[in-house]
Amino acid sequence: MSSETVVRVIVSGILNGGVYALAAMGLSIQYGVARVLNLSHGEFIMVAAWLTWTFFTRLEINPLISVAITAPFFLGIGFLIHRTLFTTLKNKAPSPAAFEGNSLLVAFGLLYIVQNIALLIWGGLPRTYVWLSGGVNILGVQFSLNSVIALAVALALGVAFYVFVSRSRPGKAIRAAAEDPATAGLMGININRVLPLCFGLGALLAGIAGVLLSMCYPVSTSMGLNYTVIALIVVALGGLGSIPGSFIGGFILGIVGSIVAQLESTLVMVSFYAILMILLVARPKGLLGKS
Amino acid sequence: MSILEGQGVTKYFGGLAAVSNVDFHIGQGEILGLIGPNGAGKTTLFNLISAAFPISSGEMRFKGHKLNGLKPHKICRLGIARTFQETKVFANMSALQNVLVGAFFGTPTHISGTDAAGEATQVLEFVGLPAMSMTPVKDLTLVNQKRTEVARALATKPELLLLDELMAGLTPTEVSESMELVTRIRDRGITILMVEHVMKAIMGICGRVMVLHNGEKIAEGTPQEIAANKKVIEIYLGVETHAGN
Amino acid sequence: MDISKFTSRKFLLVAGLVLAILVFLATFPIYGSNSAVGVWIIIMMYVILTVSWVMFSGSTGYMSLAVAAFFGIGAYTAAFLYPRTPGPLLPLPAVIIAGGLVSFIFALLVGLVTLRLKGMYFAIFTFGLSVLLYHIMVFYELQIQGFRGQRLTPITNQTAFYIVLVILVLTVLAAYLIRRSRLGLAMQSIGESEDAAAHMGVNTTMVKVITFAISAFFMGAAGAALAPKWGYIDPTVAFNMFYSFMPVLMAVFGGMRELYGPVVGAVIFAYTERALRLRFPYQYMLAFGIVLILIIIFLPGGLTGLVPKLQDKLRGVIARLRKGGQSEQHVNT
Repeated sequence: MSSETVVRVIVSGILNGGVYALAAMGLSIQYGVARVLNLSHGEFIMVAAWLTWTFFTRLEINPLISVAITAPFFLGIGFLIHRTLFTTLKNKAPSPAAFEGNSLLVAFGLLYIVQNIALLIWGGLPRTYVWLSGGVNILGVQFSLNSVIALAVALALGVAFYVFVSRSRPGKAIRAAAEDPATAGLMGININRVLPLCFGLGALLAGIAGVLLSMCYPVSTSMGLNYTVIALIVVALGGLGSIPGSFIGGFILGIVGSIVAQLESTLVMVSFYAILMILLVARPKGLLGKS
Repeated sequence: MSILEGQGVTKYFGGLAAVSNVDFHIGQGEILGLIGPNGAGKTTLFNLISAAFPISSGEMRFKGHKLNGLKPHKICRLGIARTFQETKVFANMSALQNVLVGAFFGTPTHISGTDAAGEATQVLEFVGLPAMSMTPVKDLTLVNQKRTEVARALATKPELLLLDELMAGLTPTEVSESMELVTRIRDRGITILMVEHVMKAIMGICGRVMVLHNGEKIAEGTPQEIAANKKVIEIYLGVETHAGN
Repeated sequence: MDISKFTSRKFLLVAGLVLAILVFLATFPIYGSNSAVGVWIIIMMYVILTVSWVMFSGSTGYMSLAVAAFFGIGAYTAAFLYPRTPGPLLPLPAVIIAGGLVSFIFALLVGLVTLRLKGMYFAIFTFGLSVLLYHIMVFYELQIQGFRGQRLTPITNQTAFYIVLVILVLTVLAAYLIRRSRLGLAMQSIGESEDAAAHMGVNTTMVKVITFAISAFFMGAAGAALAPKWGYIDPTVAFNMFYSFMPVLMAVFGGMRELYGPVVGAVIFAYTERALRLRFPYQYMLAFGIVLILIIIFLPGGLTGLVPKLQDKLRGVIARLRKGGQSEQHVNT
């Protein structure tokens, strides 16, 4: 394998890994705090990708500005969805286990709602757009500028979010709410605001992931499912509910996927699944997870 | 002859020792009481015996069998049954169905449907619940739910029965009835280990009492010896106010 | 006394109804048009998938999202055993059973790995399973076989109809027998309190794995029956996530307490799906998603969950009418 290939594999591994990490952290915070396993997560990524495409091709708004638009939009949508659907579900659920089961199914329904709204708006064909596709030279290898920018943004936002959750005061409140919602409520944390907010944060991360993806890959309405599964695998690998685990797990899968893609591109998902299976057998609590 | 003994039983949750280096033994046919303030490790010890979670270190033997590493259903089939502090009945099933689960699955030998139904009815009568056997258990009163739990455990034909706070939340009359039930169970040849906060029950029916505090065993003896024990009185300030509750 | 009369009349009613339905179905291909027969094949297929799904997920509370995976395994098993060229390797009934068996074995493996863990890991694993199998099949067809899709020896709608009918009867029978058996009792207890069940001697892992595998058998058999009817399958068709979604919708809508709940739900939605899918493909899926969410939030017991409430109201009305008649009698004497 030439050194050029190695550099290419590593860089695309980090790029994909960054997107996976963002998506997985989003899913992780939704499950960790709001206890919703959001099976429709990938569909939000897909919608964000389509929105970016529409902004660029119809309104000539460049993707980086799209990030600034999609982020608050998805935050709001996520907040609303949780406030309406999942909060109602929570109040009616006879037990936490029943809530988790029901919210899983509601998310499944949401999958089909979001996916088909997207199909009605944008149709079933894949599309791309071209933005900043000029070449950039890194370590002797040519890369398109858009993927480099996407990589940089993914890394920056991923690290920023990770730091936010682990070090900042709001981050501590979020983690407290995840650990023990009742006690957190007693300590003055407004659970009714934190839970939907965290769900919205998860959607926000999905949105950003979608924007970045659209910069480097074609957009299609069927792309969501793959990303949901990848995010699920990363979250399970890193430990259900562990944000650091999702962060690291995302990059690990990104690099592994990149290597596997070099050898046999159709087996990338299979390799992820194999890793998941091995880990579930060997270490059921995940890499860093809480039980 | 000890039916159950433990040496150096320890359980860590993270860095905290919920049970620390506890030695204990229960003689066949006795009723051993297990008391201690909240958080002393009593239910944890139960959970270790019934294998609800694994032991961190130490050894436990039941009739000579090592218990370490066995799963809960195996422990049940060996002859140890239990009730739960939070009354884990099968809420939407009837009392009869609850007990049938124990009758079918709690023993290593195969049993026919008719025999199981017969045994279940018998044991429901024994605990005083024949008339309500068809109602969903969630619609029963607390004391009847607890009785269902006991009946279910008895249907597994245990030699050792672990009762976790059976009297909690019961009226004084119900407490006396339950005390009488426990004695009748012992009279059938079943050894009993009971966690209790209701001192009337401990004093009334236990042959021996063990006291846990912060995961360690701090005293052991007859109820009278324990009641007079200075250490126990110290940690249990106000135990008199709880007696008979 | 009154109650037992009601019960035995009810039993006769139910038995009569079931018999009438069976007779209707068994004779349908004789007078029904070919396309109508085709529609009913699909309806029966969905009933099979839904009833098998409820067999496991209904009582244990473990949400399996893998119906599409097992259905697809059955379909591909049929594709390999009943290809168009060089022709069938086994007689059709054997192919159907093989489809069920391969799914059964697969489910055993998946179950042994994931059912020891928390329910969420199981949901994650089963959700991704159909996506995984899709990618495996794409790899196989692209890289090893060299072309996409599998052609099967075709069978007529009539043949497919009767095969699916037989599978349907067996599935419903199995579901009924399991419910009333020890296995069913054990599963119910796991759904109520897995901890307590384990402590009462139930080998919870084994019970879950076996039931999961049994339910997968019928899903695989259904897949193996549909594949030759279609004549051609590929990974997109065989492992479509929609086959995991529909049984959930149908079971939740119909209600899972009673056996007939999933059947009712399946018939309603299967029929609607067939009616709408050509003219409003995206809208109906959208509507189904909305319906699922609405039912979960507002009617968690499903349609059959309403039945006890309606029964109570009915009993109240009957009682009041009877009391009214009695008081009239008193007045007359």
